[in-house]
Amino acid sequence: MALCILCILLVPFAGAGLAFVNTGLGRSRSAAHSMLAALCVMAVAALVYVICGFAGQGFIGRPAHVFTVAGKEWNWIAAEPLFLRGLPLDGSPASLAAWLQMLSVGLAALIPLGAGADRWRLRACCLSTALLAGLTYPLFAHWVWGGGWLAQLGVNYGLGRGFVDAGGASTIQVVGGLTALAISWILGPRRSKYSLEGMPAAIPGHNAVLVLFACLLALLGWLGLNCAGAMLFTGAEPGRTVLIAVNTTLAAASSALVAAVITGIRFGKPDASLSANGWIGGLVASSAACAFITPAAAIVIGLVAGTLVIFAVEWFELRMAVDDPGGAISVHAVAGIWGVLAVGFFAHFPSRVLNVVSGPSSWSSDSNQWVAQLVGVATLLGFVLPLTYCLNWFLNRFYPQRVPAEGERQGMDLYELGAGAYPEFATYTDDFMQR
Amino acid sequence: MKLAGFLFLLAGWGIVLSAVVLLTSALPRGGFVLAGMGVEAVGLILVVRSHLLLRGERG
Repeated sequence: MALCILCILLVPFAGAGLAFVNTGLGRSRSAAHSMLAALCVMAVAALVYVICGFAGQGFIGRPAHVFTVAGKEWNWIAAEPLFLRGLPLDGSPASLAAWLQMLSVGLAALIPLGAGADRWRLRACCLSTALLAGLTYPLFAHWVWGGGWLAQLGVNYGLGRGFVDAGGASTIQVVGGLTALAISWILGPRRSKYSLEGMPAAIPGHNAVLVLFACLLALLGWLGLNCAGAMLFTGAEPGRTVLIAVNTTLAAASSALVAAVITGIRFGKPDASLSANGWIGGLVASSAACAFITPAAAIVIGLVAGTLVIFAVEWFELRMAVDDPGGAISVHAVAGIWGVLAVGFFAHFPSRVLNVVSGPSSWSSDSNQWVAQLVGVATLLGFVLPLTYCLNWFLNRFYPQRVPAEGERQGMDLYELGAGAYPEFATYTDDFMQR
Repeated sequence: MKLAGFLFLLAGWGIVLSAVVLLTSALPRGGFVLAGMGVEAVGLILVVRSHLLLRGERG
C-alpha cells in the first residue's frame, strides 16, 4: 500500500507537465490564462468526480448495474452513491483508486486545453471539464478499470485477458485526446492560422524551455501513474514497478529521439517542440502495456509512437485543417491508440494476472488479446468520440465556447483575466493580419 | 454529412459488439471486428470531410 501511495503522490507532476506544455506551446499573451485554466480544470475535475464521477465508475467488486446478453453478464455502470458515500477512505484498493482517479480525470481534462489554446473561454473549459469528469470519463473508465464489460471480455468471450490498460492510455489519454479533437472541431482554428487559400501559418510556441522542462516533470508523473495504475487495475505485484519504470522511461526516450531524428532529417535541424511532443507521446504509448512487456518492446513502442506523433501533427494541420497548438490530438489520441494496440502485439502476462476481474483460477490464455484491444479502440472511436462531440456541441449551443474576435486580438490574458503573464513584454499584433 | 459520419461511427461500434456477442470462432470474429472498424473509418472520413466543407464555406 505504501508503494502505491508513493506512486499516486507523483501523479500531480504529470498534470504540471501537461499544463506547462500547453502553456509553452501557446502564445505569450495567453500564458496566464492557460495556467489558470489548467488549475481550474483540475479543480473542477476533482470536485465533479467526487460528487458524481466515482458513482458511475466504481471499482472492481463493488456495486454495479449488470444486464445479461446471451447468457453473459455485461457490467456497464457502477451503482455507487454520490459524494464517495459508502467508500471507506482507509487505504483499501478502492479508496486508493478513487484518489488516483481524482487526479487522473484532471489529467484527461488538461489534454483538450492544448487543442483549444488561445481561443477557448475559461468558463467553457470548466463546463466542458464537468461533462468529461461527470459522464464521459467515468463511463469508459468503469468499462476498463471498474470491472466493466471491456475488462470482462476475457472471462466472457475468451478474448485474452479482456481489454487491458495498465496506466490509462485509453481511459485518460485517448478519452482526453478525442475530447481535444471534438473541441478543436467545435472551436475552429485560430484567426491567423489559415490563409484564405487554406494554407496553415506556423505559429510557434512562446517558451520552448518551459515545454522541454515539462517533459521531465511529466516523466516523473507518468512513472507514478503507470505504477499505481498497474498495481490497482491489473493486479501487478509491487516488484513489477521496476520493470514499469524502466519501460516507461525507455518508451519516452526512444520516442523523443526518433522525433528529433525525423525532424532533423526533414527540416535540417531537430525541432524542439515536436521532439517534446515525441517524448510525451512515448509516455502516453507506454501506459497501456508498461507492466507486461520487455524493455526491447518498450523501445519499439516508443519508436513507433514518436514517428506517429510527428506525422500525425502534420497530417492534422495540413490535411484535416485542425488547429491543435499543443499537438494534443496527435500526442494523446494517436499515440494512446497505438499504445492500446501494442498490448495485443507485445504483452506477455504473468499467469496470475487476469485484469483483476474474477475468472477461472487456471486462466492463462493470451490468445485473441489483440481482438480485445481492437474492441476497446472501436469503443473509443465509435462511442466515446460521438458522445464527447455531442456533449460539447450542446454546450456550445447554450454557451459559446470560443472567445470573440476581439478576445483573440487582445490575447486571452488581457481579455479574460485583465492582465498578462509577462506585463513587461511588448505585444505584437501583425500576426492577426489576414494572409 | 456530419450526422451521417457519427451514425457510421456508432454503426461500426455496433458491428464490433455484435461480432463479439454472436460469433464464437476466432477468424470470423476477428474479421467482423476489423469490418466494424472499417465502417468506423468511413464515419471518421465523413466527419472530417464535413468539417473541411464547413470551413471552406466560412472562408
